[in-house]
Amino acid sequence: MKSDPREAGPSVAELEDLARRGRAHVIRAVAHANGGHIGGPLSAMDVLVALYFRILRIRPEEPAWADRDRFILSKGHSAIGLYSVLALRGYFPVEELQTFDAIDSRLQGHPDMAITPGIDMSSGSLGLGFSGGLGIALGGKAAGRGFTTYVMLGDGECNEGIVWEAAHVAQRYSLDNLVAIIDHNKLQQFGWRGDSRTDRLPPYTGTQLADRWGAFGWHVLEMDGHDMTQIISTLAAARDHRGGPVAVVAHTVKGKGVSFMEGNYEWHTRVHTAEELGLAMAELGDPGKEGQEGGAA
Amino acid sequence: MNLIEGKAPRVVFGETVAELGKTDPRIVVLDGDLGSSTRADIFENAHPDRFFQMGIGEQNLLGAAAGMATVGFIPFVSTFACFAVARALDSIRVLIAPARLPVKIVGGYSGLLAGMTGKTHLIFEDLAIMRAMARMAVVVPADEAETRQAVRAIVDHDGPVYLRLTRQAAPNLFDDSYRFSLGRVVVVRPGADATVFATGTQTVRAFQAAEALAAEGIDLQVVHVPTLKPLDADAIIDAARATGFVITSEEGSIVGGLGGAVAEVLGERFPLPLRRHGLADTFGESGPDQALLEKYGLSVTRTAEAFRAFVRARGQ
Repeated sequence: MKSDPREAGPSVAELEDLARRGRAHVIRAVAHANGGHIGGPLSAMDVLVALYFRILRIRPEEPAWADRDRFILSKGHSAIGLYSVLALRGYFPVEELQTFDAIDSRLQGHPDMAITPGIDMSSGSLGLGFSGGLGIALGGKAAGRGFTTYVMLGDGECNEGIVWEAAHVAQRYSLDNLVAIIDHNKLQQFGWRGDSRTDRLPPYTGTQLADRWGAFGWHVLEMDGHDMTQIISTLAAARDHRGGPVAVVAHTVKGKGVSFMEGNYEWHTRVHTAEELGLAMAELGDPGKEGQEGGAA
Repeated sequence: MNLIEGKAPRVVFGETVAELGKTDPRIVVLDGDLGSSTRADIFENAHPDRFFQMGIGEQNLLGAAAGMATVGFIPFVSTFACFAVARALDSIRVLIAPARLPVKIVGGYSGLLAGMTGKTHLIFEDLAIMRAMARMAVVVPADEAETRQAVRAIVDHDGPVYLRLTRQAAPNLFDDSYRFSLGRVVVVRPGADATVFATGTQTVRAFQAAEALAAEGIDLQVVHVPTLKPLDADAIIDAARATGFVITSEEGSIVGGLGGAVAEVLGERFPLPLRRHGLADTFGESGPDQALLEKYGLSVTRTAEAFRAFVRARGQ
């Protein structure tokens, strides 16, 4: 078992509060930028908070620390979700979130490892970040380093062929230092038509997503991606698994945290109206001045 | 002048990278299930713990190389040029080039002379594509000695490199006294009637064509351009200025390749009459090498014919 210096980090209640604040930052930043993906960052938020405040061995004050655990947001369209958590964790000021998607900002619409502290691999074109993560895990083993590489993918992203190219090789090399977390919110940008235009079907029918990863030889765990206790115990189990790579299927809800956004594919990239923004912030208990709050809990 | 047949560039690549691996622990090789063809197998034999088989999946081959580069390795990616450039382009343009990761992309079986592997494995537009890629260096050696030095030189280049290699052995143009310098051209034959810029193994055929044409009183300067990017623009202008007439020659697409590169530089900075010789807006086919060279106008004889026609047309 690896030691985890953050095992005694924030409590579940504190983590849930961080996730609530993270969601408020996402919504405020997208509203400020007047554009950006929003449903995906909200479905991923609880897992991101658990990773950065309890699971990852990292040094926010030293983002390039050679032995840090790596995290790659392969579903790079959810960048603002990651940026919000990085800011809460102290990688850069929370105020900087207001530069999201702005010209010359370090917080580009897709994560860019060359310009943003805390980004271990660029991503945005789907599937590529996971492949980069495979290389990092291979390199970590080859270099004799003990870090773990975590990659978050979208369920829609798993449509991409490169995901399965990389999954095959990870199993072939028995990479037990690689954990894939699939944000399984059951909606992609447009997807398959159900009974009407607004009824969008989930991406996987027949063989379910967990079984697909299992068929590629990965050890598969499933969890409720919004239950903080379950997230922490499942990710810890994934980290400690030996013998091969682990896929954690996180069952989530797109737009999680705001009632009128949840499970509605239209919130993939929509921007709130002023009225909707007020309603969303009220649901998240955001007093409006939290944009000024500081870093790590 | 008869040139001596050299060692195949793919063998030189395998031997050189294996040699480099002895002293540089940063060097790893990632293969796309073609090691026995590209001769990456030589590295696998020498350093099995630093050879990584990515199987038949080139997007991931390049993506994984990007990841390995971020943990301190210098990955050589070995596959055919068609797969590295066409199939894995997104991994290059999203993960590798923007972050200037030191991934050395070795595109073997390039150009026309891989015909027996099948038409789909021929790619002529690779130089145009990789030359348009921001932050990418593009190196195309001519022969055995230059390939050996280029493989070493790209390790020291701080950033990604596309190294285009030919499958087949070519006559040796350079001896061991030659010194390759990334980003520099080299004059391989003096001449007064026109300046021929050539790259890769086509430089050897252009040189042989120029030697043949000398007997007819056509005196061609031949300049080898082993680095298409960064391009040695000042030296290209100087060489062009010396004769006042420019020909480019390459075993690749004249659209965006060496012909395009030279035309861009001269068009903007020193406009001169220019003719491009190479593969003109076409796809390839399978066939024996010599037959392909003849049909597509790149044999020594057909290269000489093209140069002769260019020079005569200019004189009229």
